[in-house]
Parts: sequence; structure tokens; C-alpha cells
Amino acid sequence: MSSAAPRHREKAQVLDETALDRALTRISHEILEKNGGAKDLAFVGLRTRGVSLAHRLAAKIAQIDGTSLPVGTLDITLYRDDLSMRGTPVIRGTDIPFSIKDKTVILVDDVLFTGRTIRAALDAIIDLGRPTAIQLACLIDRGHRELPIRPDYVGKNLPTSRRESVAVRLREHDGEDRVVIEEPEEA
Amino acid sequence: MSLVIRGGRVIDPANNVDAVQDVLIEHGKITRLGHGLETGAGVEVVDASGKIVCPGFIDMHVHLREPGQEYKETVATGTRAAAAGGFTAVCCMANTNPVNDNGAVTDYILAKAKVEGLVRVYPIGAVTKNLCGQELAELAELAESGCVAFSDDGKCVMNACLYRRAMEYTLPFGAPLISHAEDSSLSAGGSINEGVVSTELGLPGQPAAAEDVMVARDLLLAELTGAHVHIAHASTAGTVRLLRDAKARGIRVTAEVTPHHLVLTEDAVRSWDANTKMAPPLRSKRDVEALIEGLADGTIDCIATDHAPHALSEKEGEYDQAAFGVVGLETAVAVVLDRLVRGGHLPLATVISRWSRDPARLLNLPGGTLSVGAPGDVTILDLDADTTVDPSRFQSRSRNTPFGGWQLRGGPWMTIVGGAVTRAPAR
Amino acid sequence: MAWTRKDLLSMRELDAGEITLLVDTAASLQEIASRDIKKVPALRGKTVVNLFYESSTRTRTSFEIAGKWLSADVINFSASGSSTSKGESFIDTAKNIAAMSPDVVVVRHSSAGAADLLAHELPCSIVNAGDGAHEHPTQALLDLLTIREKKGHFEGLHVAIVGDIAHSRVARSDIHGMRKLGMTVTVAGPPTLIPPFVQELGAKVSYRLEDAIGDVDVIMVLRLQQERMTTGLIPSLREYSRYWGLTLDKLAKHARPDVLIMHPGPVNRGIELAPEVADGPYSVILDQVARGVAVRMGVLLLLAGRKGADAA
Repeated sequence: MSSAAPRHREKAQVLDETALDRALTRISHEILEKNGGAKDLAFVGLRTRGVSLAHRLAAKIAQIDGTSLPVGTLDITLYRDDLSMRGTPVIRGTDIPFSIKDKTVILVDDVLFTGRTIRAALDAIIDLGRPTAIQLACLIDRGHRELPIRPDYVGKNLPTSRRESVAVRLREHDGEDRVVIEEPEEA
Repeated sequence: MSLVIRGGRVIDPANNVDAVQDVLIEHGKITRLGHGLETGAGVEVVDASGKIVCPGFIDMHVHLREPGQEYKETVATGTRAAAAGGFTAVCCMANTNPVNDNGAVTDYILAKAKVEGLVRVYPIGAVTKNLCGQELAELAELAESGCVAFSDDGKCVMNACLYRRAMEYTLPFGAPLISHAEDSSLSAGGSINEGVVSTELGLPGQPAAAEDVMVARDLLLAELTGAHVHIAHASTAGTVRLLRDAKARGIRVTAEVTPHHLVLTEDAVRSWDANTKMAPPLRSKRDVEALIEGLADGTIDCIATDHAPHALSEKEGEYDQAAFGVVGLETAVAVVLDRLVRGGHLPLATVISRWSRDPARLLNLPGGTLSVGAPGDVTILDLDADTTVDPSRFQSRSRNTPFGGWQLRGGPWMTIVGGAVTRAPAR
Repeated sequence: MAWTRKDLLSMRELDAGEITLLVDTAASLQEIASRDIKKVPALRGKTVVNLFYESSTRTRTSFEIAGKWLSADVINFSASGSSTSKGESFIDTAKNIAAMSPDVVVVRHSSAGAADLLAHELPCSIVNAGDGAHEHPTQALLDLLTIREKKGHFEGLHVAIVGDIAHSRVARSDIHGMRKLGMTVTVAGPPTLIPPFVQELGAKVSYRLEDAIGDVDVIMVLRLQQERMTTGLIPSLREYSRYWGLTLDKLAKHARPDVLIMHPGPVNRGIELAPEVADGPYSVILDQVARGVAVRMGVLLLLAGRKGADAA
């Protein structure tokens, strides 16, 4: 790997702080509606930003429903299908300190794109136990699926071109809540 | 059958000569030196202008491996290597198979040399039967058969009393005992020098004291008996110090050093290349400096390669399992000229002396000079020739050298033995 | 920090960043041991060959488990009863195995430099599982991981390594690793078992156990082999254990109350380590073993997973 990553510049803002929060509130309600309540639900966030989103969803559900749902962290590095093509694998660790047996696990990720990350996450979850069901919540669905994977809950559907990228910025990591589309700077 | 060497710079330390002169060789002997020497029909002319003309170099420590280990080297291939390296004579050690501990083996070697040898071959006979260090070999018969010295080289005669007897017994022969000075109880198990590198690599080492202890013993026995003892492949500062002291006290001791001990230190071992493994091992920088100094001031009398051919399978593989020894005939002169003379550590005339006058004198060999009447053995050097050491093109059957790939300036140009050219200049 | 080396041969050649990467990677893989299904597909389809010329069930098993938990195909080759006993040379055996295209060869051999030799000759990745008295990098890495877990950091810690330093590859690897991470190392033992110039490696030297173990954070005890006695390096095991064996009362008298006792194993109880110490509250010896699997998983992952490791 010789060249530096191409630089990106912001093309458009997709969600501001308020819109992002509203989307999460809506998703929380949808989760409760689809599952008939909060019983036997558990969140598993995909590192890194999926985890923060999962915590926010759990907090909202606690507010709405009064139930405190467990949140686990999943690192899918060891399940990727492109391990040797990406340089040194950086493993940040999986931490799911509760049993997922007989639970409905809601996977949470920030951006759903090709679907390969979610496929790896499914393999990882199934290796850890046997949940009753697995559902998927993503903040942004940007299309271009390469595998037959579909989300159960979406914050915003966002058609993009392949060369664009979607940047989700969260207070916990980036100091602000925003979602923007970026494109590579012309050389 | 005459040969005239024209216009070269003749350096002959035995006669204190350093001048541009012609040299005429007739019927195998040097007959005239001068200017404008005649040529005519039947006189081969060698144009040596710009070259250095020296008495034929003598390497007094070579393993020709024949009889018994012909897969590593033979008299034929070994002497070819010697000629290619600029040597006109070699002394071959006794650790063959069978060991050269009786006249029959000596005769065999000399017969081979007569037919297949490209340079003069002087055998060295064993001190003890089969090199076992228990009983003396028939030293008188060995001397009569033509051995010029005695040595159990490869091994040390550990029993002091036996070695003393050997010194006494050989007094009348005028042939020295050559000591491979190594206390095997101290060196046992060691592959390299005991020091920083052995500690770092976790390779068992041989302390310098393993050599010094035996050198001291041999010097004291030489003092006791009045014998001439020659210390083979000196490698430590301690040995140099002991030699200097002994010579000052009038003990009849001489010594040799190898080119690899003059230019390489134990750091070379870090490559894990077993072509850096030999006995005695490469030592520290301090030892190398002492050896160069000793060679310069004559404490060490001559340079000898300890040419030790080994097959590839004996040198590839685990370092501690590899055989000890490296070849040296084809790299010695170029390495010394480039790294020591060109490097300013030794004058050219000194090096020439250490390869001609000095070994001839200590072994009582004909040659080593360009005097009138001396054998027509001449080594011609080119101080400006650039070469890269390429083991795949060695004349020797073996390739185990630590100098592979080295770029050297200066080296042998032509080798003449008995008036016959045995090494012609490379194209 | 990316891993770029084809092989893991020694601690000496690594820099602090690489060592930290190895330790961090191992730390994050530890949770696999507590799963019900101890398997991740990361090295699926990769082949790991354990080429062990020195018999060693523990280390070999550790590598085998590490490979299998990562879904690699692990093959064990032990020297006795193989082509080696029929006289095939080390190099030839290695080349033959390499011709079968393994991704990683883990090698343990009694000759120093054996792993370097293979790394030079073979195109696949080589892991040094111990070469003579030279190095044993995965042992040092698991020692470092254990220390960090118990003490929280590396910088400023003081370690005493006690025992037969001269013949110990663990000592050498530990000294290099610890020094690079900012720790102080003292080696201690009878003078005949301390190699010359060990100070050049960055270690302090002590010939008295009592002096060495005062005020250190970790005491790493090395195994004393029987043959040191028969080769005249020490007069008897009795004398060794009296003066350099670690006992509870020596610890109580000289060492800090929060000191860690470590040992690469297997322990000669009663010689270098009293049983009460080996099995006592200061000892983290079993933790070391557990970390060993995680470290070896990390090593296999980084080597087999490095960019360019695949043929195309």
C-alpha cells in the first residue's frame, strides 16, 4: 500500500443534530411496535459508532418503556472475508456480557452499504449463541447491496454513488451529531 | 625454456630490493636480474609493467583433503586454487584419511603432487598416530619422506608430556612443530568466540583463553626443550602478547595468522552464515587490532590461509552443527591487499615478506627470494585490478568462503612456478 | 501501526511499536477462550505447520489450539520417527514441507539460528518457537501481556530474572522485550550461569538472590536443568536451591508484597521454586499459560493476515 488515502470533501449535509435525534426516536418506537414491547430484546452495536447508537437507542427505550435493555459490543474483524487484503487487522474486541440465547438481538450499525459487514456480524452472533431472532437497525442505508441483506429499521434511506462516502459523526466520537456525504477531492 | 619478466616493480624483501627490473628465469631457476635483459627465440616474455613482481608466495597452512576427502578438495583442485590465488607453494596438513602419520601417505601425497599439482606441495606430518594425541607418529620416517614440519592441526596435543617428547625427538630434523593451540576442555561445545555476540545469539562460545592457555604452554615447553614451535592461526591479543614476550626472551617460536582473522570480527557471525565459522573463531575488534600490529612488527611471522574446504551440505544448516573452516587460497591476496595494504594498516613490502621470505625461512624451504639461483617461483600482483569475489567460479572444489560478494581492488595477476606460468591473467 | 514482517524470529529485531501491537492484538483475542464455541473464521483455509525438533508438548499444544481457534488447518511434525531420524537434514526437511505450501511454519529447534535459517530459505512465514538458547519471542510476549494485565503498564517496572540465564532463550527474549518497553531488568544467579557481557544487552547483574528480589515488581524464575550439574556449572542441585531457590520466607523477607512470580514452565518444584510459591498467591504462572494461546493467536493472525500474504 503506497499512496495515501484520497482526501474527501463534504458534498452535502444529510442529517443535522435534530434530525438525527428524531430518527433514533422513531426507530425506538418502531422496535417496540414490531416486537410488541421490550421483552427479551438486546442490542448489539457494531464497533465503533454502532455501539454509541445502540446505547442511545437503549436509553430512549428506557425513557419510553421504562425497560433497561442490555447493550453489547461486537468487533467483526475476525469474521471479515477480506482480511488479508486490508493490511494489519486491528481487533478492538467483542464484549457481550449477557446471554443472547432466547433473545431477539438487534444489531445496530451506522451505515449499511454492501451488507458484508452485517453478514460477518451474523456469523459472529451465531457463534456466540442461539438467539430467537436477529433484527437490523441502521442509521443510514446507502444502497449498493452485494448480498441479500435488508434492514428492519432505517434512519434514512440515502441513494449515493459508489465513489461517494457517507460520514456519520457522533458526539461521543467526533464532537458533533451530523451525517454528511463526502466525495473524493479531484487531484 | 626461458621466461623473462619485463618492466615490473620487483619487491624482494630477502634482498632488500624494491626497483623496476627485469627477471630472467632459465631451466626453472632465476638466473639474472637487471635491465633490458635479452630476449630471443625460445624466450617467453611477460610484460609486467605496472605490476608488482614478488618472490613466489608460500601458503604454509592448507588442507588439501587428499587422501580420503576428495569430495571436498584434491591435490589437483587445491593446487589449482593456490595458483589462481597467487601461490607458488603450499604446505598441506596431515588430517587426511588416512592421516599422514607414516611415510606411505607422505609418498602418496608427493606422488599426486608430482603428477597433478600445479604448485609446489610440501607435506606436514602428524605429531601423533592418527592424531589421537596418545603415541608419537614415526616422525623420523616422516621427515625422511619429505615432511617439512609436524602438526596435529585440527586438534591440539593436549598431553603436555607427550608434546614435550615430540619437541625433543624432532630437534635434529630442523622441522618445526606447528601447534593448533586450543585447550579443548575450555573450548568444548563452543561454535564462536565467547563474548558479546555469543551472549546475544545464545551460541556457546570458546573463550580467547582456550588459545592463550595452550600458546603459553607450548612456549614454555619450547623454552624447556629448545625446540622450534610455530603457532598456527593466531587469533587473540593474548597470543600476540605471549609471542612478543617469548621472542624477547629468545625462545624459538614463530607464528602465522589468517587473512580472515585480520579483517573479520565476531560480528560477522550475526548473519548466521556458517561460512563465518572456523577454528579458532573470529574474535573481537581488540584481537584483530593486536594481530595486525603483531604482523606489522614481525611478532607474527607470516600469513597462512588455513584453507579448509568443506562441502555445501557441511556448511548450510544449523550453525552449531556446521563444520569448522573456510577456504582461503583464492581470496587471501586480494583481501589482504585491499583491506590491509590499501587500508593503510600494513606496508606492501611487509605483506610480501610475510608471504615469501618469512615462511621460507622458518620452514627452511627453497624459494621466498628472487636471488640468482633461487627457484623460478614468482608471484606477480596487480594493485589496480578490481574484482568481486564469486565463489561459483572458484578453482577449489569447495565454496565455503566468508568473502562472497566482496569487492576488492588489488590481487594476484600471474603465478609462475619453476618458470612455468600456472596462472595467467584474467581476461 | 501495521505489521509488515514476514516472520517473527526474535524480540531483538522488533521495535516498541511492534511489540505493543502484538500485545494489544493478543489482549483483544483473549475473549475467545471464554466463548462457548471457541472458533472464529479468520484463518480459515490457512495452513500452519508445527515443526518441532525439540519435544515440547506445552508450547506445541498452545500453538495448535491457537491455530485451530482461528480455523486454520494445523499440522504437527515432530522430528523423531520422521524423515529426520532417517538422516534427512534440517534444511531438506524444511524445504520439503515448504513445497507443500503452508502459510506459516512454527519451528522449535535446539540450534540457535534455526528459525532465521528457515526464514531465509522458505517463502512462507516463520514463527520462532524457541531456537537453542537464542530467543523465544512468543514466550516474552505472553510474559509482557501477563505483566501489563496485572500491573496496568510497562514503563518503569523492574523485573528480576533468576536462574540459568546463560542457557535461557526466554531470558534473552524477555530482556529485549522489557528493555524496549521501558522496564529495568536485573539478571541473577550463580556467576557460572550468567553469560559474559550480558550488561551489553541492557541488564544489571546480581549474584545474590536476596539482593536481586528486593524492590522489584516481577520475579521471573527460570527452570534449572539437571545437566548444568553434570557439566560442572554448579556443584549440586541442593546448593542451587539453597542459595538461589525462591521460597516463601525469602519472599517475605526481601520482596515487595505486590510482587508477581512468573515462570516459563515447567516448574521444578523444590529446586528453583518452592511448591508454596509456585502455587501461592503471588504466582501468575497459570495466567501466563492462558495468555500464551492468545499471544499465539495474535501472532498467527498478524503473520498470515498481513497484506500481501495471499499469493495474488
